[in-house]
Amino acid sequence: MIIPSLEAKLIQKEFHDPVTIQVLKDINFKIDKGEFVSLTGKSGCGKSTLLYILSTMDTDYSGELFIDGVSMKNKTENELAKVRNEKIGFVFQFHYLLNEFSVLKNVMLPGLKLNKFSEQEIEHRAMEKLRVLGIEQEALKLPNQLSGGQKQRVAIARSLINDPLIIMGDEPTGNLDKKNSVIVFDIFKELAHSFKQTLLIVTHDQEFAANCDRIIEMEDGKIIST
Amino acid sequence: MKINLGFQIAKSLLLARWKQTLVAAIGVTFSITMFITLLGFMNGLNELLDGLILNRTPHIRLFNEIKPSLDQPINFHNDTTEEYNFIHSIKPNGGRLSIYNAIPIISKLKSDKNVLGISPKLSAQVFYNVGETDLNGVINGINVVDEQKLFAFDTYVTEGNSNNLNKVPNSIILGKGAANKMLANIGDLIQVTTSKGERVKLKVIGFFQSGIQDIDKIQSYCSVETTQKLLGVTSNYITDIQIKLNDLTKAPELSMYYSKLFDVEAIDIQTANSQFETGSSIRTLISYAVGITLLIVAGFGIYNILNMMIYEKMDSIAILKATGFSGKDVKKIFITIALSIGIFGGFFGLVFGFGLTSVIDQIPFNTAALPTIKTYPVSYNPFYYMIGGIFSIATTYLAGLFPARKASKIDPVIIIRGK
Repeated sequence: MIIPSLEAKLIQKEFHDPVTIQVLKDINFKIDKGEFVSLTGKSGCGKSTLLYILSTMDTDYSGELFIDGVSMKNKTENELAKVRNEKIGFVFQFHYLLNEFSVLKNVMLPGLKLNKFSEQEIEHRAMEKLRVLGIEQEALKLPNQLSGGQKQRVAIARSLINDPLIIMGDEPTGNLDKKNSVIVFDIFKELAHSFKQTLLIVTHDQEFAANCDRIIEMEDGKIIST
Repeated sequence: MKINLGFQIAKSLLLARWKQTLVAAIGVTFSITMFITLLGFMNGLNELLDGLILNRTPHIRLFNEIKPSLDQPINFHNDTTEEYNFIHSIKPNGGRLSIYNAIPIISKLKSDKNVLGISPKLSAQVFYNVGETDLNGVINGINVVDEQKLFAFDTYVTEGNSNNLNKVPNSIILGKGAANKMLANIGDLIQVTTSKGERVKLKVIGFFQSGIQDIDKIQSYCSVETTQKLLGVTSNYITDIQIKLNDLTKAPELSMYYSKLFDVEAIDIQTANSQFETGSSIRTLISYAVGITLLIVAGFGIYNILNMMIYEKMDSIAILKATGFSGKDVKKIFITIALSIGIFGGFFGLVFGFGLTSVIDQIPFNTAALPTIKTYPVSYNPFYYMIGGIFSIATTYLAGLFPARKASKIDPVIIIRGK
């Protein structure tokens, strides 16, 4: 049996402040290895909330989450940090690069944290990722010397550094113009098809969603189609 | 997380805000500098003042005291229980000031391993004859070599060579106050009258100045032999045996022991000079209090700067946590920042503190009361440097701990979703 990259079983979440509202109801789905999935829905339907639960950063939910077949329940904060470091790559709407470090170092940081390879090896791998994304000539610049599209590509390179099981994106093209959006989308597509990278991208951009292999659609905290 | 990675991140965060970092480090440097200077100065003064009395006081002094007998003759009658005893004032009769068996006691003490050294002494009440007037005086017969060794006698001989006391017969080192009254110079002959009415001429070979004027007006020093001659007594006549111990704290206990063993009166330094110890400890306490206050103020500075840094770097902390740095790692990074401020600030504080105390050590300080002191007294005790170093690290650690804990608890979801 093939273990799915990600599996959600009966995930529910409530916000209690100021009144109790159920934001996620009975979320059940699987994402298999190599799938390029988009998670769409209207603003406020709970798709970002779901993503942060799936990313292990939000632990306040009921139901069960399996990453690579392992339950994330009852894991300590430290263990979850390790899971994120090793198995999940993030791309957010905002790039979140550290301005104190060069582009190359930013890409290397999660790799240095994982500490699986030597520093030279990580540097080599980081350069490789930057080359794939076409920004290797910017490697030694500081993030604030880059354009918005370039920054987002650096963020993608950073998410790739530990060869994650799955890449999660929260509106990764939300801050970009049309041209850069297309570039970023093409990168994701390339990763999915050439490198068999599993991707789960939250977006409200219908065009973006339509081009993915699979669309999970949400409405009012429920999945209406997978 | 590799320690090295934490250091790298801490370093770049520090350098990104190097001006603030510098201000924080200067705060620590300043407080450690002041702490070291204050303690060095305060303790220099303590040592000086203690030295004035304590260095010159024997740890234990053995002597004979003339006092009424505890066993009054009437007490030997058993049948006085029903009657009242009116005879209560039988005065001491023919007591002697000298210690019985002084020479054997000295040789016994010399072989005691608690004893650092012994200096025998005898005092003679005299009158200094100044023309028609007689001035009260005390001549101390001392063994000048022992006195130099045990009680820093030379420090107080401001003019003349104290060694001549043994070489020149019938020589005297006059108290400076007494010499001024007598208009005596070195080489002059002065005349004293002993308590038995004999007049003796003594040659002045030096002046003695203790810094305590009442002493300088009265006391003078001769050799033991000269003093014995003045008193007309034999060479085993010793009124005081001054003992210096290896361990000062044992003085009270040993003084009781010797008192019983040799059947003499004994007084220890703690009992004789308790006020000095109180003064010293309170002065030390005050300087510690001021130093620690300074450090706490510097600690608040570090706390503020780190707190601000955390608000500024909220995004960075969030992404570090999102990409797999645990709360513990983040905490380590911020504690590293705080500690490096503390270590650098503290190190320079110690260096500057040493510098400042050295400068104070060079400032001239002349006072009539303290003839041997030419500059401000300063102590370079390494213990204070150790305390300063430890305090600087401890306060910065504590100042960093709370912001670091706050940083470690930042929820990345709230930050990232907030954008």
